[in-house]
This record gives sequence, structure tokens and C-alpha cells, in this order.
Amino acid sequence: MGEFKVHRVRFFDYMPAAIRAMAFNAHTERLALGRMDGSVEIFNFADHYFQEKVIPGKDSRSIEALCWVGGRLFSAGLNGEVTEYDLESLRPKYSLEAYGGPIWTITSNSQGAHLAIGCEDGTVKLFEVLEESIQFERNLDRQKGRILSISWHPSGAQIAAGMMDMIRVFDVPTGRAVQRLLVDRGFGGSKSRETVVWSVVFLSDFTIISGDSAGKVQVWDGHTGTLVKTHLVTKWDVLALSVSKDESSVVAGTSEGTVIQFQFIAPTLQQQDKEWVRTRTFKNHTHDVRALAEIETAIVSGGMDTQLVVRPLLEKFDERSHASALRKIHFPHRNLVFCAKKAGLLLFQFPGQLELWRLGESDGHGKPGDSLPLKRKPEKLLHLKRKGEDHICCSALSSCGGWLAYSTMSSVRLYRLQTDNNDISITKVPKLPKVLRSAHQLCFSSDSSKLFAASSQSSVLVIALSQSECKYVHTLKPKSGSRQPIHLMTNSVDGKWLSTANSDCEIHVYNVQKLKLHCIVPVYGSCPSAMGIHPTTNNLTMVHADQQIFEYSIVEKQYTDWSRKLQKQGLHNLWLDRDTPVTHVTFNPKNPEQILLHDMHMFCIIDQSLPLPDQKTQFYNQMTLRSLSEQGRPSHLHAFKICKTFQDLLSVSLLDDQSLVMVERPLLAITSQLPAPVRQKKFAT
Amino acid sequence: MVAHAEIRVVHRGGSKINFREPVITNDSRFLLCASGESVKVYSSSSEECVHDLQGHTDLVSGIVRNPSNHLQVYSCSADGTVRLWDFTDGILIKTFIIGYPIYSIYVSENHGGVVFVVVPMANDKSSELFQLVAVHLPRSEDQEVEARELSAVLCDVRPSGAASFGREGEYIAAAKGLQLEVFFFKKQKSYRFFLKPGNKKWAKNAFTCVSCHPKEDCIATGHEDGKIRLWRNFNQKKEYTYSTLHWHHGAVNTLQFTPEGTNLLSGGIESVLVQWRYTQETQMDFLPRLGGAITHIAVSPDGSLFCTSHSDNKITIIQSCVKVSAVIQGLVKGEGVRTNLMIDPRSKALVLNGKPGHLQFYSLHRDKLLYNLDIVQQEYIHEEGLDQFEVVRAAFDTRGDWLATVEERTQKGSELEINLKMWAYDEKTQSFVLNTTVTAPHDDQITAMCFSPSPETTMLVTISFDGHFKAWLLADNSDTTAEGASWSCDFVGGYHLLKPGCCCFSADGSLLAVGFQEVVTVWSPSWELLTTLSQPPGAIRDLCFGRLSCSKYLLGTSTKNQLCCWNLLTCSLEWSTPVDVSLLQADPLSENMAAFCSQSGCSDLFVFKPSEPLPLYSQRALCTGKVQHAVFAPRDQMLESCEEHAQWLNRSQLYFLTQHMDLMTFSTKSEEDRLLASSKRLMVDDSVAVTPFYLLLGKHRQQQEALTNPMAERIQLPQGSIAIKELLYTPAHVLPSASFLCSMFVRSLLISSSPAREEKEPVEEEMESEEEDSEGEAELRDARQDLGGSAAWGPGEELGAPALTKAQERELRRVKHFDHSWLSSLLEC
Repeated sequence: MGEFKVHRVRFFDYMPAAIRAMAFNAHTERLALGRMDGSVEIFNFADHYFQEKVIPGKDSRSIEALCWVGGRLFSAGLNGEVTEYDLESLRPKYSLEAYGGPIWTITSNSQGAHLAIGCEDGTVKLFEVLEESIQFERNLDRQKGRILSISWHPSGAQIAAGMMDMIRVFDVPTGRAVQRLLVDRGFGGSKSRETVVWSVVFLSDFTIISGDSAGKVQVWDGHTGTLVKTHLVTKWDVLALSVSKDESSVVAGTSEGTVIQFQFIAPTLQQQDKEWVRTRTFKNHTHDVRALAEIETAIVSGGMDTQLVVRPLLEKFDERSHASALRKIHFPHRNLVFCAKKAGLLLFQFPGQLELWRLGESDGHGKPGDSLPLKRKPEKLLHLKRKGEDHICCSALSSCGGWLAYSTMSSVRLYRLQTDNNDISITKVPKLPKVLRSAHQLCFSSDSSKLFAASSQSSVLVIALSQSECKYVHTLKPKSGSRQPIHLMTNSVDGKWLSTANSDCEIHVYNVQKLKLHCIVPVYGSCPSAMGIHPTTNNLTMVHADQQIFEYSIVEKQYTDWSRKLQKQGLHNLWLDRDTPVTHVTFNPKNPEQILLHDMHMFCIIDQSLPLPDQKTQFYNQMTLRSLSEQGRPSHLHAFKICKTFQDLLSVSLLDDQSLVMVERPLLAITSQLPAPVRQKKFAT
Repeated sequence: MVAHAEIRVVHRGGSKINFREPVITNDSRFLLCASGESVKVYSSSSEECVHDLQGHTDLVSGIVRNPSNHLQVYSCSADGTVRLWDFTDGILIKTFIIGYPIYSIYVSENHGGVVFVVVPMANDKSSELFQLVAVHLPRSEDQEVEARELSAVLCDVRPSGAASFGREGEYIAAAKGLQLEVFFFKKQKSYRFFLKPGNKKWAKNAFTCVSCHPKEDCIATGHEDGKIRLWRNFNQKKEYTYSTLHWHHGAVNTLQFTPEGTNLLSGGIESVLVQWRYTQETQMDFLPRLGGAITHIAVSPDGSLFCTSHSDNKITIIQSCVKVSAVIQGLVKGEGVRTNLMIDPRSKALVLNGKPGHLQFYSLHRDKLLYNLDIVQQEYIHEEGLDQFEVVRAAFDTRGDWLATVEERTQKGSELEINLKMWAYDEKTQSFVLNTTVTAPHDDQITAMCFSPSPETTMLVTISFDGHFKAWLLADNSDTTAEGASWSCDFVGGYHLLKPGCCCFSADGSLLAVGFQEVVTVWSPSWELLTTLSQPPGAIRDLCFGRLSCSKYLLGTSTKNQLCCWNLLTCSLEWSTPVDVSLLQADPLSENMAAFCSQSGCSDLFVFKPSEPLPLYSQRALCTGKVQHAVFAPRDQMLESCEEHAQWLNRSQLYFLTQHMDLMTFSTKSEEDRLLASSKRLMVDDSVAVTPFYLLLGKHRQQQEALTNPMAERIQLPQGSIAIKELLYTPAHVLPSASFLCSMFVRSLLISSSPAREEKEPVEEEMESEEEDSEGEAELRDARQDLGGSAAWGPGEELGAPALTKAQERELRRVKHFDHSWLSSLLEC
């Protein structure tokens, strides 16, 4: 595998924000996820749950609920505004004040013509969805107390609204409240506290299912307004409900972190009258489950513990495969760590600030596996707070360590860094070109003479940097006319090539010297999750969300022989079954045969000189190899050398002095920073 | 197994009553449980054993109510028969011969005439695989019917406790390992559901028990890790679903739905009965501190009574899930019997370790636990890995006035703690009272202890590994203290620093033999070493003096496969034979000795007299494993057996404990015949329509018999009151004429009948021929039982009510016969 000196970095205090809301678009198979910090993430469930897009958050924005209308995404929050997002430029399109105080919920009817929002002042407001915007239509009868949850009857004629201590059913055409369902309060001391109906579901057979703060899931008859059944599921709150498409199953998320499934089952077989029966309990969360979605084959849940859990329903699968395995998404599928390979500096990107660290040094030598004594400890050089309300969406550090740039939704800032031994000085580059307003991706050329900024409609701005000024040079535009944002950008060491990837899975290669499009890599069906240009051969290596690896020769404009061989033979099943995408591709300049990849759980070196593994070979064979003698090893070697020593990896990069930087963020450290979960009596404690 | 056809090794007394699920009868008045080779019928209110249904010739392995007649039960046994019983009268109605050993039985109301039994697969008795088969019970008038019409339902099931019928008998669910199988009878199709082995330790997800909801299609399964799963939609291969309940921390041993399906009961090692509300599973009720791990739960058909079987051989009856109303305790069998089996000379009860720190007194004749004696008198802490005091030795003196016990505790890294306790029998409390406690009587483990049988002195000898034997005397120092007599050490003996292993007093107490490894030393009561006997090689394991005519012999067994017999008069070896005797036991009432020999994993028994070289009786391959404990229990009445090799069982019965802690004994043919004779058979009765008038008449006639029958006089009073009741409650239009009733009513108030009437009867009797005498005795007993039965169970009893014509005549004859004997005895006076 080769021996490296490893910097094991654990001082990146990355903390994802808690998940607040979720909406699944069954038509496009996209999941929109709203976090507490106001950011929205779009996951493509058709493409291995890949995180396609991230709309950065804003301090003043909060998201309480998300809602899809066709391909359009709306959110509403406690700031009292309804926001529609532009999913191409990854920013809010517009925000509309609803004038009803904080908004707790937003839902659309099944026809997609109207939006209903529930406000703090007790009104349910209807908005008409227009071509380009939405327009306030009318209020339903105003009630006392806030509206916390809303559900449309599939016909669109009625709305059930969860309130304090009650559920109201409104007739939409007249706007009158037709039913008033009183929800019991909790037992004992909580008797004096109002019951909050956190979630309601209105089914097509006029059954209303509610989840409330007394820990009950209740089934009501919407025609008569009578309680059919009460399931006491927890001592704390039932926070979220979600119904499956065929209305045969409802899942409820609780404060205990459990997701409880209810199924519509006939108590006696072969009989028609069914009832809602509590069946399975899933416990994948440690904290509140705030957002839930039951999709065709799985239950998707998220909450205070920041992870997105996809729990497949095994009965929907014919056989066990990687699709039927439990999936937890902890880390974003993009880079938050940038490494200056020459200077040995690390840049950590947080939503609110940037941190610049200098790696530690050691002159010790030791056996493999030893930890070396440090001569100089890693040091935090810089803590750069962003300006303005908008969160940082991307940043970059030049490999010499002399330039630093970041972008928010509204502005791009470029800084000049000077480090003399222990002193560091930072100066903001004053006049940036006017065209450079915001960027989806930033990237410095390897000689730090240029800055590339991915702009709207997949275009790339080229900015020339010099000591005194920075100058707009050119805009590189793709021929395809794709409007999707660029999510990956990389350039070659010799400064000649730049390649970009966008959410349409298109990969463009530009010739930077000639400032024109060089070629388009044949479009593959899965989104690229990482790519890199080889320093010597200028081959572009791409890894896609479905774990496929391609190598494309930029010069010859075709796939390399190795790539064809790999595709012909196919990748090992164990490689394909991994559940996190590769987020980084680098190369070893000393050994051009080696490609370095990593995902969250492993670090891999692909040696192109070695034979490819077939399905029968032992894939994870490092331990076996270690036990073999020198002579016995060659017959067992294959191209994929995988190391699982380092877990929860955010970034791996190879410095110019041949030492590896492993940036880990242990999940335990994230968990320990979470607020305490609701107290639960554990057996034998 | 059977060497002599006449003598069988049987389970009798002290058997497991928690072996299979008990059954509560429809009216909740009786509780039936399998106990060894019989089915016991207990009264659920008084805990008394009402009937003992004898008939099976091997372990009873299951009882179920007959779904078509609530007064009958089916029982199945490893002897390959299914028997139908009338439990109120204890009558065997029918025997169905299946021909394969049966391990459990299931019935369903909707499968009339069919019982489902679990039998080994492929006729192979040793096979570990079992199958569930449906047996069509042929309709036949015969008492014994062969039922050979078997059809397999499920293959590979657990031998017991893991199958259950679903709603209206439409399907049966069985669980084994990690698989749940549901078989639908209508579709003749089975669905199998598998669980993963569990992530952490294997077999944590394995099924332990299964129960089906009686009204809805829901199957509850218990699991090794304490979870309960409720399965629904199980008529689909993939869309099935289950919910999980978790309270138990150990394996769920048993599950049972209540008859209406409103509650689910579960039990496990925690000895807590948990009641889950169906569909509101977050609400549970608990009944804690039931005493031992719950192994079975049964619910009465009306749901008012629950009963739980426990691992310590106990059945608890619980009223409406809140109150323990009765406890039926069988012989407690712990992990091992450290004390030997003993017979209490006073109560003739079997004494051995019971609950931790207790001695239990178990009456073998009544098959009932008499009482527990707390020896250690310390709280027992239920926790694994704790070393607590245990009773390791106990001994009675010959009259049963004194009991000596030894308790010890070994703690890791510290010294052995031993206490010797002397208990005196207190006539007032009818129990043993602690008299003397000797802490650390020896420096090492006490290996044996015995009382001197001589009537003059009360002396105890203890033998210990520390190389000494000590004699303890009851010193009467009543002058110094008010407490009276207490025990003190009288003599410390040893022999060449050898470790003693066993000791024995001769029958008259004049000699004490102590085995010091290879040397047997014989001591006089004045502590003189009289002689030493030695027969190397091998250390002495057991010593036994001969009794009665053979009292000049001393027998010893050694570890090197030697059984020696010394003549004490000549102090020489009389004979020796090379057998590996694991246990030597002398019958206190005869010269006989029983020697258990272990040979190639099995135990053999030889019964012999020391004076004769030939064994009286021998049985090969008695049971697997070594027999470590045995005892001769004296019979309460002597058996008159003329068979030569069965004569040794005449005075006392030999009980022994097998490796698996089963208490077994030997029974002779004549004994079994007697037992069978006492148990009743179905009588073919002329069916007479039951009208209130008929009942009244029947009662009236019975009363007449009762009046003439002095034996029935005790039962007369309740009988009279019932007659009055009947008179008052019967509708007027069906009553006989007032004059008739009046005379009957007046007669019922009379206390004794006039002698003149009695004198009339013998005259009549004399006219009857004497030929009745032969059957008279046997029939008399029957009649008495009949009367007793009907008196206890009141009116409305169809079988107990006498018939009009033939039966009437017969009974009349019986009565006359009895009166005659009574009168003749009177005349003799």
C-alpha cells in the first residue's frame, strides 16, 4: 500500500445543524431537507441518495416546513414569510410576508393549485400558486390559538388543522370550520399543560390521524368527528407524522428518537374492515425526530441529532441488496476542508466562519502504526468571521497558502495571506470585478495566478490574480446551455485544464490557456461526486454517486484503456455496496500509478499497475497481506488497497512532502455536542 | 429397561408438576397437571389433590381439555397413548393407542374428533426432530382403541410449548429456532417467517414460545432476548408485519392470551407475571415476587383464574391477576442435592435440600410437601456469583427427636465457614427447634455424619477432611442454665493422620466403623480402637453394617471397584467382588442391601443380603448416569408379595434420584394392580332421563341407604339439608304428593334410626344367598366412594346418581350386606 506519514486531524469542530423539515417529491424522487440554520438540501433518491444541491442558510431565515408544488419548492418559517427557492441558482427566488405572525406549517393540495399555511394568529391562509409566484387568496375562519399543522383532504375540499388542544376541520369552499375535535391532555402533572397537536394527516376515507404533545397518536373519524382509537406511544411528544402513498401505513416520530409505524390491517384475515394497528418501532435516532417522510420503499427520518436516516422497508424488496440496507447520512457530500499542499495549511469552512490551521510538525521516525512525537503542535492561525447575514456557501485556499476566498449568496471576498514564520497577516483584496457577485464553487489555479468561480448557469468566471490587483479575464460557458449549478470544479497542476461538473451530470473540460471549451465527457447517468486531473498524464478521474469510477484522457478525448478494462470487468460488489459517496480524488505525484480516494468510512489507494479484483477475490485484503510472507504477497495483490483505520473522514489530501492529512470528525464528538435528549429510563440504571 | 416384568422403575411421588402446562377446568374448580406417570387433579381453592389419574405407564407429557365435553380431559404420554378421563370422578374413559412416544398434545374446538400430537420424526426414538401430526380418534365403544390414522401437519417442531391454534382453529402457529411457521388448514398452506440471528450474540432472536390471539389474527411470540413480537398479516409472504414489546430482561418462557383476547400474559426468569393490554401495549400490569422463574401460564376458560408453573416445581393460582390465592408446591429440586435423601423417622417424610438454605419435608405417601425448615436462617440473595450458606449435610437420630445439619459457605480467597446445628423436635409446635449451634466444628469440610442408634446415649459422630472424627454428646446441664440440654464435643479421634471419608454405626450402636482412606477402623462406644480392617487397593467410599440376622457383617465399597464384606466376629474378609459401586444403601427394616453400580454411563442395581453371595434382585441399565442418592422408605402397610425377587420391596420402597433429578422408585406388579383397582373405570350406566323428580327420588333413596348405613352417617347431615333445599326450590308442579314429601322431610330430620328397623334387615339378608360375598368386598368400597363423591359434588351429577332398576337392586344388596357385618360385630359385643 505504501507508507505515509499521516496527520490525523481531529480539530475540525464541524457541527451539522439539526434537521427541521422534510418534503419528498415522489415525481422527481427528490427529498428537500430543511435544517435549523435555514439551509435547504436536495437529495436525489434516484441517484443513491446523493446530496445534489445545497442552498445555504441565512441568519434571519428559519424553516418550519417545506412543500413541493410540482418541481417548485416552498418553505415557511417563524419569520412569517413564505419563500420559494430557485433551485438553479440555489437561492431564494422571493419571499412573501403572510401577515399572520410566525408560520408553523405549509402544505399544498394534491392538485398543486393552492398552498395552505398555518399561522400563529390562528388563521389558515390560502395562497394561489401562479406561474411565477404565489398570491394570497383568502383566510379560512380565524380560530383562537395557533395553527400548528395542516393537512388537506386528497380531494382538496377539506382541511384538517392541528391546534392547541383541538383539531379543526375546515370546509375549503366556504371557509367554515365544520368539525371541532377535542384532544385530551396528558395525565398527571401535564394535565394543566395544553396539548399541542404537532401533526395531522387527513386520509382519503376521511380518517384523521393526529400526533400530539401528550404522546398520543389518535385516529378520528372526520365525518362524525369522533375518536376511533388512541395509541399512547410515548411519554413525550409525537412530533411528526407521515402517511404512505397508498394510505396503508402511517409513521410517527417521537421525542424519544423512535419512529413508530402504524398499519391499516384487518384484525382477522380475509376480512375487509381494517383498523390502525401499531406495528414496528424503529430506533435510529437519539434525539427528537422532527421530520419524517414515508416514501415508496423506505422511511426517511431526521431530527435533532442531525443525521438523515433512510430505513428501507424490507417487505418492499425482493432480495437483500445494498438498496435494502439502512443508510445514515451524516456528512455533506462535498468538501468543507481545503488544503494548501505546499504550505501545509488547512482551511475549514463553517457556515459562519472560516478557520485556517497550520499542521503540526514532527521529525520523529517510527514503525508503521506508531504515533510520532510532535515537534510543533497544530496551530490555529486565523478565525475569519463572515460579513452579513448570508452563510458561507463555498471557499477556497490556494495551494501556496497565499490566497483565500469565500463566497456567500450575496458576495465574494478574496483575501491575501502572508505568513512569516509565526506572524500572519491578512489583507482583503479591495476591488473585485463587478461580475463576481456570488459563486457556487471557488478554485485557485495551482500556481495561484488565477481564481475560478462557478457562477450561474454552469458558467465559470476566470479572474487573474496579481499582487496589486485582480482582473476579470473571461467567462467560460458550456455549450449545452444547462442551467444547473456547478457542484464540482478542479484544475490541472500544469494550469492548462479546468473541469467542471454540474447537477445535470455534465462534465466539461476547458482549456484555460486558450480560454475555451475543450471537450465534454460523455454524460453518465449518475452524478459525479468527486473528480481530479492527474498531474502528469492529465487524465480526468471521476467517481460517481453510484460508486462507478471512470478515467478520461483529456488529451485524447476518450476513456483510457484502464477505465475501459475496469468497466468491462466491473467493480467488486463490496465496492458498489458502500453507502457513502467518494468525496475526494487526489494523486500521488511520486507514484503516478496511484489514485487516492476516500469516503466517510474508508480511504483507498487504487494502483493502476496491479490487476483488478474480480468478484471472487477477497476485497478487503490488507490484513491478509500483512500476515503473508514477502513471496506470497504478489499473487494476492489487487488494485484496490483499502484502509479503514480512519473513520468518519471529512477529507484526505496528500501534501507535497508525501504526508497524508486525514481530517476526521468522530460522530461521537458530534453527538456529545448535541443538547441532552429527553430523559429515558434505561434498564439497570 | 425392564429386566423383571413384575418390577418397573416408575415415577411415583415427588415428580415434576411443572413439566407441562397445567389445565384449569371450565368451572375453575379444578387444576390438572401432569405429574410423573399420572395426572393430578387439584382443587383450585383448597390446594388439595382430589384425584390422581393413574393409567399411563410413562411420563405424562400433556393435558388438554376435551373441547366437546367440558368434564373430560385428554392426556398424552411418552408411552404412546392418549387417554380420555373424566376428572371429576377420576375415571379413565378411553385409551387411544398411537404407538409413538408423544411429547405434547394440542386440540381445537373446530377440529372435532382430531387431536394434534407431537411425535418423533421417522419412527426413530433417538431422533431429535419432532413433527406435529393430526390423529383422527376413531369412534368406538371399546375402552382401548387403536388410532393409527395419522397425518403430518408440521415437520420439525419443538417437542413442547411452541405451537398454538389460531382464531377458530383456522391455522396453527409453531416456532422453532429462528423460524415461525403458520399452517392454514383450509388452504393447506404454510407460511414461514424468519428472523435474523441478532446482531450481537447468537440466538438472541430465537423463538421461545408462541400464542395465538383467540379472536383476532395475531400471533404473539416470545424470544430469547426478552422481546415479545405480535405478528399480523401473516397470510402474506412479504407484507407481514410485527410490533415488538420489550419488558423482560431474560428470555420469555411462556405467553398466553386470555380467553377473550383482551390481555396477553407473559412470564420469564424474573418471576413476574406481566399482563399486557392488547392494542394498548404500553400499559402493563405486574404481579411480582412469585418466587421462581415462570415456566408455564394457564388461564381458565372464563378468564378469572390464572395459574403459573414455576421452575421450583410449584404452581401458583392467581385470582384475576392481582391475588395469589393458592400455591401447590411439589418436591423442590435445586441444582443438586447436597444432603442425602433421608427419611424423617417421625413423619416418614422424605427430607432433602429444598429452597436455598432450607430442608424440605416431603410426604411420599401423600405426595405432598409438608413443610420447609429454615436451616440457614439468613436472607437468600438472588444474585449470580454470590457464595451463600448452603445446607450440605443432615442426619436424624433413630427416633426422630434430633436433627443435625451442617451448613457451609466457601468464599473465594477466604476460609471455609462451617456451622453444625442441632435441632430438637418440639412436640408442641410439631417441628424442629434449634438447640445448639457449633461454629467451626471442624477445620475442613464435613464429609459424613451419623447419630448413634443406641437407645441409651444420644450421640452424633461427624467426620471431616481435617483428619478427625468428633463425637458430640447431649450433655444435660440443666442445673447451670435454664435452657436445658445442649450439645458438646465428647471425643476427637483420628487414625495415622489419614483423612476419613465415611462412617457407620452398627444397628445396636455398639460399634462405629470409620473409613480412613484404605483402612476401616472399628471403634467401641468407649472410644477404643477395636480393630482395623483393610482391603487395598482403593479408598473406602461407603460403609454399611448389616442388619438383623446379618448384623455380624460390615460392608464397604472402595474407589477401586471393590465391594467387600467383612465378618466382624472373625475380623476377616468374608467375600469381595469387583464392582464399581457408587452407592450402598441398607434397608433399615430388613437385611437387604441395595448397591448402585455405574457401568458405561448407566447405573445397575443389585439387591442382596450380606450373608448370601447371590443377589436377590438385579436390574441392568436402570437409568443413565450415576445414581448418587437413594433411600429406603418404609411402607405404611406391608406388601404381601410372593414373587421371590419382589420380596425385598415388601417392607420398604427404594427411591433414588437420577442424574436429571428425577425421583424414581420401583413398583411391583401387585402394587400396580392394587392401584389400578382403586382407580375407577367407566361404568356402563343405563341412561335415565334426569328430571327433578328423578333427582329427588334418587336423593331420597340415597338417604335411605345413608340412614341404614352407619358409614354414611357422617355425610348424612349435609345430605339432609340438601333434601330440604331441593324441596324448597323445586317448582311445585313437579313435586310429588305432599304426604310423600312430608314423610321424607320428617325422616330427614331424624338423627338415628330405630334398631327395630335394622333388625329387620338381617332377616331379609339371610334370605339372600351367601354367594354375594365374593364380590361384596370390592363393591362395597366402590359404593362408599360413590357416596362420598356424590356427597361432595352435590346434586346434578349424572354419573353419581344411581339408576333406578338394576343399580338399585345391587345397591340394596350391598347395603344389606354391610349391615349384616355391622350387626354381627354388635352382637359379638
